Amino acid sequence: MAIFVNQNTKVIVQGLTGGQGKYHGLRNKAYGTQVVGGVTPGKGGTDVEGIPVFDTVAEAVAATGADASFIAVPPKAASAAILEAAAAGIRFVVCITEGIPAQDEAKVYNTLVRDYPNTRLLGPNCPGIISPGKCNIGITAGEIAELPKAGKKNVGIVSRSGTLTYQALYELKQRGIGVSTCVGIGGDPVPGTNFIDCLREFQADPETDAIIMIGEIGGSAEEEAAEFIKANVTKPMSAYIAGVTAPAGKKMGHAGAIVSGGKGTAQGKMDALRAAGVKVGQNPTEAGDLMAEIIKSIS
Amino acid sequence: MDLFEYQGKQYFARYDIPVSPGGAADSVDEAVKVADRSGYPVVVKAQVQVGGRGKAGGIKLANNAEEARFHANNILGMDIKGHVVKRLWVEHASDIAEEYYASFTLDRAAKKHLLMLSAQGGVDIEEVAEKDPDAIVKLHIDPVDGLSAAVARTAAVDAKIPEKALDGVASILVQLYRCFTEGDCDLAEINPLILKPTGEVHALDAKVSLDNNASFRHPEWEEYRATEELDAREQLARTHDLQYIGLDGTVGIIANGAGLAMSTLDVVNQVGGKAANFLDIGGGANADVMAAALEVINFDQNVSSIFINIFGGITRGEEVAKGIVEALGRVDLRAPIVIRLDGTNAEQGREILKNAGIPESKLVSKPTMLEAARAAVALSNGK
Repeated sequence: MAIFVNQNTKVIVQGLTGGQGKYHGLRNKAYGTQVVGGVTPGKGGTDVEGIPVFDTVAEAVAATGADASFIAVPPKAASAAILEAAAAGIRFVVCITEGIPAQDEAKVYNTLVRDYPNTRLLGPNCPGIISPGKCNIGITAGEIAELPKAGKKNVGIVSRSGTLTYQALYELKQRGIGVSTCVGIGGDPVPGTNFIDCLREFQADPETDAIIMIGEIGGSAEEEAAEFIKANVTKPMSAYIAGVTAPAGKKMGHAGAIVSGGKGTAQGKMDALRAAGVKVGQNPTEAGDLMAEIIKSIS
Repeated sequence: MDLFEYQGKQYFARYDIPVSPGGAADSVDEAVKVADRSGYPVVVKAQVQVGGRGKAGGIKLANNAEEARFHANNILGMDIKGHVVKRLWVEHASDIAEEYYASFTLDRAAKKHLLMLSAQGGVDIEEVAEKDPDAIVKLHIDPVDGLSAAVARTAAVDAKIPEKALDGVASILVQLYRCFTEGDCDLAEINPLILKPTGEVHALDAKVSLDNNASFRHPEWEEYRATEELDAREQLARTHDLQYIGLDGTVGIIANGAGLAMSTLDVVNQVGGKAANFLDIGGGANADVMAAALEVINFDQNVSSIFINIFGGITRGEEVAKGIVEALGRVDLRAPIVIRLDGTNAEQGREILKNAGIPESKLVSKPTMLEAARAAVALSNGK
């Protein structure tokens, strides 16, 4: 088991013929992911290293039976690409595109909720998702993800930041702790999938025994997650929140990482998570240490 | 990107939101000219992006050219909470019967647009929210539906806007919403939105924050970029296309990824230091980017040590190391570097750094983020 994606997930890459799409799409395939097709309007009938390219997502789905899509197209084209995937019946859409206008993002999110309730969007502006050994969609380097181990305790990871997602994977690898699934939900203001969506899945996933959550300043997603954890998550958790020292009113690289009007501070988020029974580290390594202790105590 | 009041008003005007006749001025003579043109009495307003301008003496009423000259002369060059006034906005003074408040933002939790409307304007809206929360109508708008005139009018009724101002307020709300959505604002706020004794409603102030991600479809934003309040370091960083935010500490920071960069500031703080900046060099981290990053850090006279924190995911450790070695050949640094290189091929990267013949007084390598932070802070404190 794993959440959202596994060995049976069939992936198409929207933008497979572009620089990013090709590089990461082929890496995902090399990892063992079933990358069954690509989509680039006007390039249907060609192929990228044996992967067939189609003009539309609908054609790609009809020909390959794909149920997931990896979107690596520029910000201007990303909204249309997401909606095209949803309209073609894609169940799980991963969009790594950074720099989509907030207005477009809000419109796409609400269109999906209304018209395509069976499509889940991960991102935009996210590193993607990896269920180690089964499926890797996005830009995560597969080799830093420790495989889940049967008969041992495995950890699920959910994170807003790309590099800190890798850091979390690495911290667990260093300690030999297996990962069920690692989800990067992205740093934009309106993520398609939020902490709670992932926590709910991890709680239900028999392969996941504990959860690491990595948040950052801005918005109230971590506080909402804390409420959810208090009521619904029985699996032990550790967490880290980046941005304790970030000055107010400045966007710290991610469009969503901003403390405004005294809201969205790291301290407030850490307090909320602690109150929900989560062990909160002061840095990523400490969150890893705390998880190692958790694993030891439940093994 | 936050706009100055005068830019916000000009932006409002693009979307047919009524504002007072007026203009921007960089000199006393120009201010008097704009005042003559706008019609006395006029208000002379300091253009700074900080609250409390009025209390600081940055907003004055002038009844004639002589007074306009006097006030313009006083306000230009004035220091308001560290912001020096370089530009004025001069506009015809409005008679005010009533003051309201209106704004549109994105409610991240609800994932919908949020209208905030109140019949209590001209005051700090956060204060109103605290003392009299019922005085603010909060209405969520589905971005797919948008805001209709009918819904805007209902919101105005709910906010207890008086009958005589309802149509004017509703119409401005629809226009402001258009400005917010089509104009790609993170925030579009009018405080106060005024009712004149003659019955017209218009925007007396403008607070607009633009979504930088949408700049590709707004060529008209170019002029706003030119006036953005950036310090010299931030300006230099912008010419190199770097994600840089200037801070006031002594440890220069370079990291790959926004989350890791934020985390790096935190760790430096935890071990007793203070970061001089936030700088995310992104995924690539090649020699050009690294050299540009080091150049920007080196430009900051407060920097006494540099902490490079790289986690290789897709980025490979040996490529980062080569980039650093090459960059060091191009930039003559004042401060020593502490580097933490981890992740994919970090071993090879550290090997390359070790064999590059860089003296230890210039570059130290540490295996973990925490140890590297300690070393960088110690160096920064002259130990």
